[in-house]
Amino acid sequence: MRSLGIDIGSRNIKAVVVENGRLVDFVCTETTFDPLPRCRQLLASMGAARVMATGYGRHLLEVHGDIPTITEIKAFARGSREMFPDCRTVIDIGGQDTKVISLGPAGNVIKFEMNDRCAAGTGKFLEVMAEALGFTLEEFASLLPFEGEEVKLSSMCTVFAESEVVSLIAKGVARADIARGVQSAVASRVAGMAKRFSLDGEVVFAGGCANSRCLRQMLEHSLGCQVSVHSVPEITGAFGAALYAAEAA
Amino acid sequence: MFEVKSDPALWEKLGMDVERFKNMPPMLTQAYTNIFLGQKNRPQGMAYFDDCVANIHTGRIHELVAAKEAGKPVIGTFCVYVPEELVLAAGGVCVGLCGGAQGSIADAEKILPRNICPMVKSAFGFKVGRICPYFQAVDFVYGETTCDAKKKTWELLDQYVPTHVMEIPQKKGPRDKALWLEEVKGFKSAVEKITGNATGTQEIAEAITLINGKRRALQRLNSLRHHNPSPISGKDMLLIQQIAFYDEPNRFIARVNDLCDELEGRLREDIGVAPVSTKRIMVSGTPMALPNWKLHHIIESSGAIVVNEESCIGTRYYKDLIDESSQTVDEQLERLTERYMKIDCSCFTPNDERIDQVIKEYRESGAQGIIDYCLQFCHTYNIEAVKLRQACEKEGIPFLAIETDYSPEDVGQLQTRVEAFLEML
Repeated sequence: MRSLGIDIGSRNIKAVVVENGRLVDFVCTETTFDPLPRCRQLLASMGAARVMATGYGRHLLEVHGDIPTITEIKAFARGSREMFPDCRTVIDIGGQDTKVISLGPAGNVIKFEMNDRCAAGTGKFLEVMAEALGFTLEEFASLLPFEGEEVKLSSMCTVFAESEVVSLIAKGVARADIARGVQSAVASRVAGMAKRFSLDGEVVFAGGCANSRCLRQMLEHSLGCQVSVHSVPEITGAFGAALYAAEAA
Repeated sequence: MFEVKSDPALWEKLGMDVERFKNMPPMLTQAYTNIFLGQKNRPQGMAYFDDCVANIHTGRIHELVAAKEAGKPVIGTFCVYVPEELVLAAGGVCVGLCGGAQGSIADAEKILPRNICPMVKSAFGFKVGRICPYFQAVDFVYGETTCDAKKKTWELLDQYVPTHVMEIPQKKGPRDKALWLEEVKGFKSAVEKITGNATGTQEIAEAITLINGKRRALQRLNSLRHHNPSPISGKDMLLIQQIAFYDEPNRFIARVNDLCDELEGRLREDIGVAPVSTKRIMVSGTPMALPNWKLHHIIESSGAIVVNEESCIGTRYYKDLIDESSQTVDEQLERLTERYMKIDCSCFTPNDERIDQVIKEYRESGAQGIIDYCLQFCHTYNIEAVKLRQACEKEGIPFLAIETDYSPEDVGQLQTRVEAFLEML
């Protein structure tokens, strides 16, 4: 039986189909300002008997489609555990929020931290900074960390950091170095959040920002340990939701 | 149809900004209808409290104005450190002032710095904007020194309305008690100055008995809700505890006891507002002043029920009684001081009895987890949450700390955190 998990994020909608516990299909599309028709399209085209919604927009489907929901915390925990069975900590940097989730030996959520209210240091922040520096997200993500002198950014606020970036450009600092500084600042902020937990076992870096090799290496540097990243880390939550959908009677 | 009533003539008389304030009752009508009136299986006794909200800007204000015109002192307050017995003994009225709305914060921020407690800003904004009938009706405001934001704001508030500040000590040794006793005597004199009469043993004894009666009624109500299934919702309980600060005490006690009788009937028949399997949450931390229902609404809309508030607008207000056996005014003031010194506000150091109290209430309420609520920039509660978390981890109690204000901007994130916490239980 096909079961579908749909993760309605602030930037992208991710849908995953599982069959017999295995991931068989997935789609990622932009959330836009009108996500409901997109969700309906996905549900229709991917066809599944059971559906579970998660993510920032989960209640949209609960209200308009009578679809059960779980939080992205629970969904990411489950998805990460399935991708990496020894996972005990999940770091998820999404479009508008950052979460660190600590798992018990059986994979249950035992503790979590989440940024409150503003999108400082999240995917949206990286997007705005990349644009300010004239990089595509791909170029931004594939930079090699720590070449040349390290540039430190003091602000994590999207608005203030952009003006800080502008002033660094005006001082003649190389834009690649500023880009590294931006990602390094995000990495140390998230690592600070993660260090509130004991980082035993495998640490999984999930969510769209885990696609940045640069950020990943900086995060490993800040945490002082390796992190595991799935080949499509942004579908972790949708995958977790699909697994729960399969179990729902 | 529920409607928060309007009385522009009364407001005009009180010197309010009527043009602006007239939008408030319809807004409150809508919010209250959405948040409270759709709840399933509410006790009938809630009708009285609905009525209190309907009359919040009219009926109760008429009573205050009448008291004032009869020469009785009307004192506005903010804290649970108010020896309200002394106001009542002087024939006066004590009303908790509004400080739980986003709407008045912009008024406050024209003068106060932005990065301070929302409750202090909200309260100050109500006065500056002349958009709170209670504030307009009081003879003086009682302020205290429980935090820096309040302490320094009172100096500014005094420019708009006379503000009497009592110094609250920060430790609980003998000299701190001596200090507070002196402050209690000073407060008594300030109230007597308005009436022109000294209050005697008899009046104080009656006031102590009356306010103890209010505390007993709230204790009774709170212990009934601890039953599973809870016979009353957390939102309704929060509302009653908020109303406790401004309603006429005799009437309030009678209505709370009526409600308790009804709830006892529900208990006998095992009637609740939510199934036995509903997840039970205890809230601890900073006060939720009217009309701050933000967290309770999020929790109960996520399918759980709030079963206890360890808060100033909660058990901290009524857990301790005053010994009623004193024979002289001096003895009465000492017993009164002893009772008020038991309040475990985070402004004290050390304050470990609060940690014990939280754990005790958690056990008594049959809760399955604690959500600690901290108003933004409330440093003492925010830092004390670290100790509370340590204690909860040691006891194996699920614990979530949140820090927020009155704005709706973080509701989405709070909802995710609360729901994820409920999923963990």
